[in-house]
Amino acid sequence: MQKQLVTLAASAVLSLSAVSAQAAILDDVKAKGYLQCGVTGGVPGFSAPDSNNVWAGLEVDFCRAMAAAIFNDADAVRFTSLTSQERFTALSAGEVDVLSRTTTWTMSRDTQLGISFVGTMFYDGQGFMVRVEDGIESALDLSGAAICIESGTTTELNAADYFAANGMDFNTVVFVDQDEVVKAYEDGRCDVYTTDSSALAAERSKFANPDDHEILPEIISKEPLGPVVRAGDTQWFNLARWTYFALLEAEELGVSSANVDEMLGSDNPAIKRLLGVEGDFGTPLGVTKDWAYQIVKTVGNYAEIYNKHVGPDTPIGLERGLNALWRDGGIQYSAPIR
Amino acid sequence: MTDIGFVRSEIVSARPAPNRSSGAIAWVRKNLFSTPLDTALTILGVVFLAWIIPPLYGFFFGNAVPPGGTVEQCRLENAGACWAYIAAEMEFFIYGFYPAQEFWRPNLVFALGALLLAPLLIPKVPYKRTNAVLLFVVYPVVSYILLAGGLFGLRVVPTEQWGGLLVTLIISVVGITLSFPIGVVLALGRQSQLPIIKTVCVMFIELIRAVPLITILFMASVMLPLFMPQGTTVDKFLRALVGVTLFTSAYVAEVVRGGLQAIPRGQYEAAAALGLGYWKRMGFIILPQALKHVIPGIVNNFIALFKDTSLVYIVGMRDLLEAVKTKNDSAIEWQSANTATTGYIFAAMVFWVFCFGMSRYSIFMEHRLNTGYKR
Repeated sequence: MQKQLVTLAASAVLSLSAVSAQAAILDDVKAKGYLQCGVTGGVPGFSAPDSNNVWAGLEVDFCRAMAAAIFNDADAVRFTSLTSQERFTALSAGEVDVLSRTTTWTMSRDTQLGISFVGTMFYDGQGFMVRVEDGIESALDLSGAAICIESGTTTELNAADYFAANGMDFNTVVFVDQDEVVKAYEDGRCDVYTTDSSALAAERSKFANPDDHEILPEIISKEPLGPVVRAGDTQWFNLARWTYFALLEAEELGVSSANVDEMLGSDNPAIKRLLGVEGDFGTPLGVTKDWAYQIVKTVGNYAEIYNKHVGPDTPIGLERGLNALWRDGGIQYSAPIR
Repeated sequence: MTDIGFVRSEIVSARPAPNRSSGAIAWVRKNLFSTPLDTALTILGVVFLAWIIPPLYGFFFGNAVPPGGTVEQCRLENAGACWAYIAAEMEFFIYGFYPAQEFWRPNLVFALGALLLAPLLIPKVPYKRTNAVLLFVVYPVVSYILLAGGLFGLRVVPTEQWGGLLVTLIISVVGITLSFPIGVVLALGRQSQLPIIKTVCVMFIELIRAVPLITILFMASVMLPLFMPQGTTVDKFLRALVGVTLFTSAYVAEVVRGGLQAIPRGQYEAAAALGLGYWKRMGFIILPQALKHVIPGIVNNFIALFKDTSLVYIVGMRDLLEAVKTKNDSAIEWQSANTATTGYIFAAMVFWVFCFGMSRYSIFMEHRLNTGYKR
């Protein structure tokens, strides 16, 4: 109810303000001298303080990449913690310039709130975690299992659908609170714990012995998480979208923060276009022609960001999966820069 | 009559009371074992303490990992509180995201505050008026410039980067110092003969008192931006500060009104008979008596305010408790069975120290001012 009210109010205001002339966000941001980025209160791997108490994470790095494209400085960005209730209002009221806060791209949000989803920084989806000792290899082996679940969420419905579709039966152990669910699973009151796979991984990293638990490969729902901007400012939307594409394109072309300076001398025309050696793709976006060079130089490419914050070598330990590039079996795909 | 056999020529020295009626044994007999029920309760109490104290001691001290320990120690099977985690993340708990090379600024603000507050709280120290002006007028300005920066070559630190104990203290100190005068004015306004002033005060008090603080903060964070023209934003921190202050001032107003009503009508009339005007009447005769009565109530409100500062997480601010929660969630390198528990215990201890301090000081003030009513 609360959410609906906020949504309603937000769309009402947006339809009003759509009439008045939109000031270009990019000009405002350049005048301010920094990018205001809305993030979570602290979700490890996505946006959370690191050990030096500096914001770090996959979504944080998207904002840093945008700042690098605009100011050639990945630190010209300020972060605002937003709760899930206030995130869209804060975006539409102009308190933040870009919202990069584990927000699922859905049709109603994209079309009714006066906001535009830029792309999918992270393909999330509901998964299952089990104990390694149970020897379960696939979600299809879960018939008859006791499942710990948070009540009243889409998680519960998704699980019910999945089991029904595969003709399996299961027992749910339902809790109101995420922490209770985790505790119950840890205490062995159920065999399986299900929620979004990124959350599964984050929770697993907090267990006393993370290696005793595994996340099954099946993903049973679509939760594309991506950055969001205000609707109506095409230039700003383009800058956000092509920042995202530049991260992917750099990975695809093998350009990383380590070798980007050598790559300036590359003969590959695609790399030349990406790094602004040939052609000028920055000016139409309202930034300098070496915008993508700055992004890769200071923040890195998509693979670097992913592996640094949520990849297999981090405590979160998520395989690339759907988030691999299209040529590696994933669905991360950038439109070509040409 | 000379056959008096014995005349004591010196006073017999007093013998100590028998063991049964004084000393430790008597105290124990009297207080712990005077009736069978007492005896049973005492034994029960000792058994309870014997049952609860060793594990608590083990958790807090014996098996606890002291500051400087490693996370591996915290992860051991029977490890107690992980104080090493608190020590390692202390900076975040105190300053939040405040940039590390600028820590001297909040530190200076803390130190100045303590330097100015201490002499004001101790009744014997002279120059109260100068001290008060420094603390309530000069200090806030200096603190703001120091913390926010932007002047005198200080780097700008936006309020989003403030956090932890710093935020808790700023909100409660500003809330307390502002809500008290506002509350007194509202209480006087509510008793005013002027209909407009009275109506405004009553409406304000009743409106604010009738909604939870969460609602006010939520309103300030989610609805307020919608009412304002696109692009104009009021700092979130300021919004939280205003919300908390208004909320507390409504409560203080009602407490003060209770005090005003306790003053006999004769005092008002006598003050008027002396030819004093309204403000002098209130300032010299009525309020000093009324406020003295309501010190416990007012301090109650201030303690509540101090604890309510945790609710600013609603607007995405990070007070001490929220800073602890953030680190509990995100400091993966410190994850162990007791990490989160230790974090919460630490937050509780800090809150307790401040609230208990306020409570003791208020009792001290009550005794000092309790000149005419001592019972």
